[in-house]
Amino acid sequence: VSDWAAAPAPLQRRLLTVLGVEELGAYRVLRVADVETPEPRPGQFAMIAAAERWGGGQDERPYLARAFSIARRRVGESHFLLEDVGPGTERLCELREGDGLWALGPLGKGFRAPTERRRAILVGGGVGIAPLAILQDALEADAEREVTVLLGFRDAARAEGAALLHGAQVATDDGSVGHHGLLTELLSKELYRDSRAQVYACGPAPMLEAVRAMCTTRDVPAQLALEAGMACGFGACFGCAVPKRGGGYLRVCVDGPVIDASELEHVDAHAGAPA
Amino acid sequence: MSAPAAGAASPGAGGPVEFCGLRLAHRVINGSGTFDAIAARRVFGAALAREFPFAAYVSKTITLQPRAGNPPPRLWEAAGGMINSIGLPNKGLDGYLAEDLPQLAELLAEAGADGAPVPLITNVMGSTGEELAKLVAACEQRAEIAAIELNVSCPNVKTGLDIGADPRQLEQVVRDCREHTRKPLIVKLTPNTADVPACARAAEAAGADAVSLINTLRAMALAPGGGPWLGGGSGGLSGPAIRVVALAQVAAVARSVGVSVIGMGGVQRAAHARDLIDAGAGLVAVGSESFRDPMVAGAIARELAA
Repeated sequence: VSDWAAAPAPLQRRLLTVLGVEELGAYRVLRVADVETPEPRPGQFAMIAAAERWGGGQDERPYLARAFSIARRRVGESHFLLEDVGPGTERLCELREGDGLWALGPLGKGFRAPTERRRAILVGGGVGIAPLAILQDALEADAEREVTVLLGFRDAARAEGAALLHGAQVATDDGSVGHHGLLTELLSKELYRDSRAQVYACGPAPMLEAVRAMCTTRDVPAQLALEAGMACGFGACFGCAVPKRGGGYLRVCVDGPVIDASELEHVDAHAGAPA
Repeated sequence: MSAPAAGAASPGAGGPVEFCGLRLAHRVINGSGTFDAIAARRVFGAALAREFPFAAYVSKTITLQPRAGNPPPRLWEAAGGMINSIGLPNKGLDGYLAEDLPQLAELLAEAGADGAPVPLITNVMGSTGEELAKLVAACEQRAEIAAIELNVSCPNVKTGLDIGADPRQLEQVVRDCREHTRKPLIVKLTPNTADVPACARAAEAAGADAVSLINTLRAMALAPGGGPWLGGGSGGLSGPAIRVVALAQVAAVARSVGVSVIGMGGVQRAAHARDLIDAGAGLVAVGSESFRDPMVAGAIARELAA
C-alpha cells in the first residue's frame, strides 16, 4: 500500500476484449481482458470507447472516448462500472462477450495512502463508487488498516451497486434502503465518533461539494475524485478545467482526477461529462 | 537530391518534405492547441520522444499576458465532433519563453533524428498588430523556434470583428509582423468569414510564407434549461463534422495563392490527409482525432509513406 506510484501510461491505446457485462442493480459491470496494462493506482482512469459502432447513436454521438475510473483489477482483467445515461454509456452497456473495447490508460493521479495511521473513510455516491472499490482492495491489503465505507444512492435499484464494495453503510434519497437522507449525514456521524480520519470521496458534484465543505470545516484531509467533461484524458484538450483555490484552473485529467479538497475553492456544479 | 517542396506536386505523399526552408520527416503535424507535448511527456514518459507522432510541433497559442482560460464547462460533444470554448489558457510570453520553451526544445531534440530536432512552430495571438508584432519579435530572438504561426481569430478591440476575417486589416497586421522576423511566418486563417481566399491572398501579399486552415467553425450549444452550455458562451466546432468544409476551403485557398498551405479539419485517417493534399495542401495537421488516439498522426504518416 505504501508504494502507489503510477507507471507511465502506454502511448498506444489498446484493443481489449470484453469478457462480460453483468447487471448490478441499475448498473453494469464491464469486464475486459487487460493483461498488458501497467498496474493502475486506485483512482486512476482510462479513456474507453467501443471498437465497433462508436458513433451514429442518439444525436449522431458518441464521438469522444469516455473517461471511466478503473473500478477493480483482477488477474488479467479490468472492471468498469457503467450507468446508461447517454449515447456513449448506452453503447458501452450494449457490449457483449468477445466485443472489442479501445482503452487508453491508466491515466491521471490516483489516491494517496493515508498517513499517520488515520482511519480511511470511503464516501461514494451513485456510479461514483467505482474508484472506491479498487481503493478498498488496496487499503485492505494492509490488515491493520481500519476502513469505513459510506455509500449513497437515489433508490433501491441503484443501492444494489453497494455490493461492489463490502461492509458499506448505505443511504438512499428515497429511504428504500438504509439511512433515509444524505450521505453527508452518515459522514458527519463518523467524523463525530472519530475525526482522526482520511476521507476519500467520489460522486456527483453536489455531494463532493458537501463533503469538501464538511471536511474543510472539521479540518479532516479529504481526497476527492472528480469528474469533468474531457476530450483526451492526457492534458491535450484543456477541456476538463476545475477552479483552483486562489484562482486559475486545474486539469482534472493530469492534475487529478484525485485532488485534495484543500486545493479547490469549490466543486463546480457544472462538472459533468459527455455521457 | 533535395526533398520535394511541400505544396509542389510530389510523386508520393510520404517521405521527407521541405516546408518553408525546413526539412520535415513527413507531412503530418498537429493543429495548434490540440496536443500539449509537455503534459503528454509527463503522462507517457520517454516513449513520447521515441515515437513522436508529428513532423513539426505547433505550440498552443501564446499571448503577451498570461490567461487562465474560460470558465467551465468548456466542451460539448456535437454530432460527429465537438465544440470547445477553452479560452487560450497560457502562461503568457514571458512564462512560455522561460518555462515551456526549454522543455519543448529538449523534448523535440530527443524526438528528432540525425541531430536535427523536430521543428517547433510557436503560435501567437494578439488583439492588435502591435501586440502581435511584439510576440513575433520575441520569437525571432529564440533559436529553438523554427517558425511562427499567427492566430488571427481574435476580435479587434475597436471593431469587434476578428482580425483575420477582414482582408485589409489582416494584410496590415501581417505586414507589421513580417518586419520583425526572418523565420517562416504562417497565418492561421479563420473559416468564419465570407471570403477565405481573399484573406489568404491578403496574407500572401503581406509576406506570409504559408497559410494554415481551417480553424474551428463558430458554434454554440444550449444547456438543457436554456442559455448557453459553454462557460465562454459560444465555441468552435471541430472533428469529422467539419472535414468537408475544410476540404472546400483548402481547395479554394490553394487555387488562390502561391504560398504553402497547411490543411486541417476532421482528419481521422490517411485517406482524409490524402484528400487535403490532393486539394493543394503541402502539410496536413491532425487536431481533434489526437484526443481519441494520441498516436494517430504517426499512423497516418506511416500510411502516407507506404
